[in-house]
Amino acid sequence: MTSQPTPGQTVGPFFHYSLPYDDGPELVGPYDARAVTLHGYLYDGHGDPVPDGLIEIWQVGEAGTVVQETGSLRRDHRTFTGFGRAQTDADGHFRFFTVIPGIDPKRPDVAPFIAVVVLARGLLDKLHTRIYLPGYADLNAADPLLTSLDPAERDTLTATEDGEGSLRHDLRLQGENETVFLAFG
Amino acid sequence: MDDELATQSQITAEIRAAHADYAAGREAGAPAETRTRTDFPPYRSSVLRHPTKDPRHVDPEIIELWSPAFGHSDVAPIEADLTAQHTGEPLGERIVVTGKLLDGEGRPVRRQLIELWQANAGGRYIHKRDRHPAPLDPNFTGTGRLITDDDGTYRFTTIKPGAYPWKNHDNAWRPAHIHFSVFGDSFTQRLITQMYFPGDPLFPLDPIYNSMVDDAARERLVAAYDHDLTSPEWSLGYRWDIVLTGSKATWFERSGEE
Repeated sequence: MTSQPTPGQTVGPFFHYSLPYDDGPELVGPYDARAVTLHGYLYDGHGDPVPDGLIEIWQVGEAGTVVQETGSLRRDHRTFTGFGRAQTDADGHFRFFTVIPGIDPKRPDVAPFIAVVVLARGLLDKLHTRIYLPGYADLNAADPLLTSLDPAERDTLTATEDGEGSLRHDLRLQGENETVFLAFG
Repeated sequence: MDDELATQSQITAEIRAAHADYAAGREAGAPAETRTRTDFPPYRSSVLRHPTKDPRHVDPEIIELWSPAFGHSDVAPIEADLTAQHTGEPLGERIVVTGKLLDGEGRPVRRQLIELWQANAGGRYIHKRDRHPAPLDPNFTGTGRLITDDDGTYRFTTIKPGAYPWKNHDNAWRPAHIHFSVFGDSFTQRLITQMYFPGDPLFPLDPIYNSMVDDAARERLVAAYDHDLTSPEWSLGYRWDIVLTGSKATWFERSGEE
């Protein structure tokens, strides 16, 4: 028995009292020795920043395997749960503190990535994308999704290092260098 | 963007034209659109915020076939009752909103996180950017959370939100709605949506509600009034089931077939 899915709707402008929460962007504490900064800007089709966006990330830990620990909403600053949520600020900027996802020991030929959902006022339904890591150049070069894209599209899915322990990844909803968004199945 | 706001009748005409185009396409054999259109110009803010390229179809990887784990350490039971978060009673019509969280095969999605947020009975959000001159209710924040139980059921107690004005066009009013944020068994099922109330006269006027061009798709966002959920001298009751796309089990079966 199959049912039609409930359609999505925009997150609207007034989610800030409900969805963002303390430590939401901190998958690990900012002073954790393992911490890397993952940050970027969310842009609209004019290249203007989107100040009322919400970015969620979901990833494996350093061991490369899926984590099923609770505590994403009330962090104890020790448990890595793999989930993070950040709102964009007035400049359209978002920032997470996390770890680099590791290679799954059972699937050493699969390029690790961070799964992303993008939400914003004006965006009528959620968007999925991925962030691949610059440190996995060899695996990325063989990844089925990345290799199916032209180089400019591929760049929209790969973070760049912009300092020690810092990765930058901008998201563009529309226009030049529009981020590649994903549909599954 | 043009500075002059469209009139309601212009927006309504654009909505009707989009729906008529879709209906004509269906007559000619086009497939049904079960999802919200992200390119829906009557919602003016969507014009620069929708992707122009079709999404790339990919097979989900393992991380995408799982969701974050949320548990009772993340959510307190009181968070499901939006009328009990302050010392006094909020103003307005007390309601129970309940239903089941299901996957595309009709199976319950157990122990997953549902968050909601909404305006108060006067149609105002506790938000510094909400400038609608309706009263703020000191006894109502308008946010709630829970974890679905073992048969996928959720149940919130809250206040029926009021309609509120917005600046999409001249004299624009949103139908009363509650925002829902839902996780499924896999991250591919992540859903943020809005639940509406039956019989709202603002439905044909609202570009966000009408961004689903298919009549049946729109109706899936409207709760049913359920008198069996209504408690004597206490609250009215609404029932609304939420259906997520596919399921992890579906993907595992498919990958097994290949």
